Amino acid sequence: MDLKEKLEASFLAFENKVSTDIDSAVHDIRSAAFTYFEQNGFPTRRDEEWKYTSLKPLLKHDYNVFPEAETALEYAAVKKYFLHEIESYKIVFIDGVYSSFLSETTHDGYDVCLLSAALKRPKYKMVIDHYFNTIASKTDSVTSLNTAFSKEGAYIHIPKNTVLPKPVQILHFSTGNEANLLLQPRNLIVVGENSHVQIIERHQSLSKNVVLTNSVTEIFTNKRAIVDYYKIQNDNRAASLIDNTYIKQQQNSIASVNTFSVGGNITRNNLEFHQEGEHCTSNLNGITIIGEKQHVDNHTLVHHKFPNCESNELYKGMYADRSTGVFNGKVIVDKEAQKINAFQQNNNILMDDGATINSKPQLEIFADDVKCSHGCTIGQLDEDALFYMRSRGIPKKEAKGLLLYAFANDALEKIKIPELKARITKLIASKLGVDLGFDL
Amino acid sequence: MSKYTEDDLKKELETKEYEYGFYTEIEADKFPVGLNEDIVRAISEKKNEPEWMTEWRLDAFKIWQEMKEPDWANVTYQKPDFQNISYYSAPKKKPELESLDQVDPELLKTFEKLGISIEEQKRLSGVAVDIVMDSVSVATTFKETLAEKGIIFCPISEAIQEHPELVKKYIGSVVPKTDNFYAALNSAVFSDGSFCYIPKGVKCPMELSTYFRINEGGTGQFERTLVIADESSYVSYLEGCTAPQRDENQLHAAVVELIALDDAEIKYSTVQNWFPGDKEGKGGVFNFVTKRGLCETNAKISWTQVETGSAITWKYPSCILKGNNSIGEFYSIAVTNNFQQADTGTKMIHLGKNTKSTIISKGISAGKSQNSYRGLVQISPRAKHARNFSQCDSLLMGNECGAHTFPYIEAKNKSAQIEHEATTSKIGEDQLFYCNQRGIDTDKAIALIVNGFSKEVLNKLPMEFAVEAQKLLEISLEGSVG
Repeated sequence: MDLKEKLEASFLAFENKVSTDIDSAVHDIRSAAFTYFEQNGFPTRRDEEWKYTSLKPLLKHDYNVFPEAETALEYAAVKKYFLHEIESYKIVFIDGVYSSFLSETTHDGYDVCLLSAALKRPKYKMVIDHYFNTIASKTDSVTSLNTAFSKEGAYIHIPKNTVLPKPVQILHFSTGNEANLLLQPRNLIVVGENSHVQIIERHQSLSKNVVLTNSVTEIFTNKRAIVDYYKIQNDNRAASLIDNTYIKQQQNSIASVNTFSVGGNITRNNLEFHQEGEHCTSNLNGITIIGEKQHVDNHTLVHHKFPNCESNELYKGMYADRSTGVFNGKVIVDKEAQKINAFQQNNNILMDDGATINSKPQLEIFADDVKCSHGCTIGQLDEDALFYMRSRGIPKKEAKGLLLYAFANDALEKIKIPELKARITKLIASKLGVDLGFDL
Repeated sequence: MSKYTEDDLKKELETKEYEYGFYTEIEADKFPVGLNEDIVRAISEKKNEPEWMTEWRLDAFKIWQEMKEPDWANVTYQKPDFQNISYYSAPKKKPELESLDQVDPELLKTFEKLGISIEEQKRLSGVAVDIVMDSVSVATTFKETLAEKGIIFCPISEAIQEHPELVKKYIGSVVPKTDNFYAALNSAVFSDGSFCYIPKGVKCPMELSTYFRINEGGTGQFERTLVIADESSYVSYLEGCTAPQRDENQLHAAVVELIALDDAEIKYSTVQNWFPGDKEGKGGVFNFVTKRGLCETNAKISWTQVETGSAITWKYPSCILKGNNSIGEFYSIAVTNNFQQADTGTKMIHLGKNTKSTIISKGISAGKSQNSYRGLVQISPRAKHARNFSQCDSLLMGNECGAHTFPYIEAKNKSAQIEHEATTSKIGEDQLFYCNQRGIDTDKAIALIVNGFSKEVLNKLPMEFAVEAQKLLEISLEGSVG
């Protein structure tokens, strides 16, 4: 039985189990999404959007679709995966099930809690009706699959004029207690006018079992709101991730998503920004450092619908061994959206001959008074720079590491949480095999 | 300063009918509409082709039947009904080639209107023109001069008769019958085209040129061009097009194959100004062309194109850089106005070591047109030290048009160096103001700026075309900015 059939068979059972939801609207959303998935199945390389990424190797495994019991984890054992240097709210899931023991949530002034709670309780009904599944794509079968099985995830709702005092960490652990796992977390984040929130998201597998995570996150930034989102993707080689993030921005809001892909087997990031008001700013940053046979696909879309907006996109990739990198950056400027500044940059370094990079920076412009540019480079380290450093006694490996670090640095500079920046810098240095020997 | 305002100009341009839109009445020898094996056979028979050619066509036809029309391009149009096209049309009175007197006077008049009087061309520009009118070459000039050097420049139908070994060896070697829907169709039904062979070590002394026209209404034109530059030779080939105004859509599915053997160089320039449809978007030529060149060691192929016409342009002149140290170049200006749609670009396939490619693409869209750049740069695992530079700039005029870029970059070798950049902009008000302030009126200023924008490409055109191309740009664009 292939995965699609298994999912089809599971859907009814799933529906029965979550029938405690009082909301029939959500039920309708799930059914419609499931119908779409049933009709279209998993995307193949024949789909233009999946031309360079094949899901085939992931679909052949037999996954456990409904992880059951709450597995306990000792904090000490997983502490290193938290950004523990600073205070933060934590929403932790183990095998897709909420772990109250490791989490720190709140309802005090704002909600940092669970989607399952929000879906069930009447007091959240209005928010759910207004936001849930309104920007997630209804014509993407992977997203639809998540919608069909949407049940659990983070729910963050910040009302007007609130600056969250500490960041929120969303962590997904998968243990070895279950067999191969298919996880489908669903996050909903609503940020009110003038509010500000920082979110760090991480998926971590703790065993050698195959894990496939198909995550969907919907983010709504209201007027003048600011959202900083950090995605740390440093999973082990048995874990794969399809991350779908949809962001809807109102006027004067600033949304930033920083993606650091260094681990995992196959990682696919679908990132969509929809600007629904004037003077929005969208920032997309990414650093990818992979080797072995890893595969990272960054698929981004920035849709400018209103005038006077801005988007900045910067993706840096370093590919070693037999790894494959994909970048597809699409910028659409509608004809009403005049005075847009859209910048897109994708720089890549291939470190070994077996490595591949497929890049497709795409612009679709319908307005005339815009400044849009994209740049894409594929190249190597500067031999002269390497020679210069080596002639001054820096060993080749370190010299290379330093140059690569410098290459990635532009994107690192965008991290606004100092502790996180230090963390990621260390992570990147370790991936590049260098000790940077200076304080960061 | 003249009183001629921008609005006047705009009006004039909008109402400006296609200059070369006239229709010559020549009795055409035309096949019944539709396509089947018999038609393919009949075309082949009409041309007195040898058996292998007939078989080749029939094979292509079989392949074509199993293929689906592609729809991935960023264009929308009413798909042509392939059973409603006449696949062969030739001017009935086939003139002799020795002297112009024997050419149908109607034809000569047409040429005069186009401003390509053969006599003048002969005398003034030193260009040998192989004039193709409705698929059959009717006049070839300078043939003897070329023959002295051993250069073969003739209609491909003649080459099939007289140089079958060359044709047999190279036809379909760069664009195989199976390549795509339109290439397969062309392989099955191509009526005529040009054939050019430059022998070893010969530098062709003049620019070779063909003029294509689509004449008889409802005839698809299926040109087949084959250019072979033998070792260490050089040739510059020009292709220019104008078509009479017709209301129904006309299909043009040509195939151009270039083969540059070791150390050879081919320069292929196109100015395309087919009927783009009127300002309501009615009519116009469908231009679905497959153009591809193959570079052996140290060879160089350079494509230059100025695309201002056609309702739909769908073409990707490509280079396969097979040999080490080979070079591919692509310079393009695509202008779309009113309801025109263009989806054009190039493919650079790097297979050999130290291969280099340059892509400069300038898209200018005005009116309600859509202009897309679609390109592929592919570095194979064995192509060490491959180098690519791509630049695609778009200029938008008004907010009803669109500019799109779809660059595909695939690198599989770590020593590859690829740079790609693209920008989109409009003509700055300050630029216009600066010109106005110095006494240059707006339409002149726009022409100036557009010419500056496209200069990198215009510079690559041979002299004969550069002037014409600049004129074309001006005609298509002035006053589009309000």
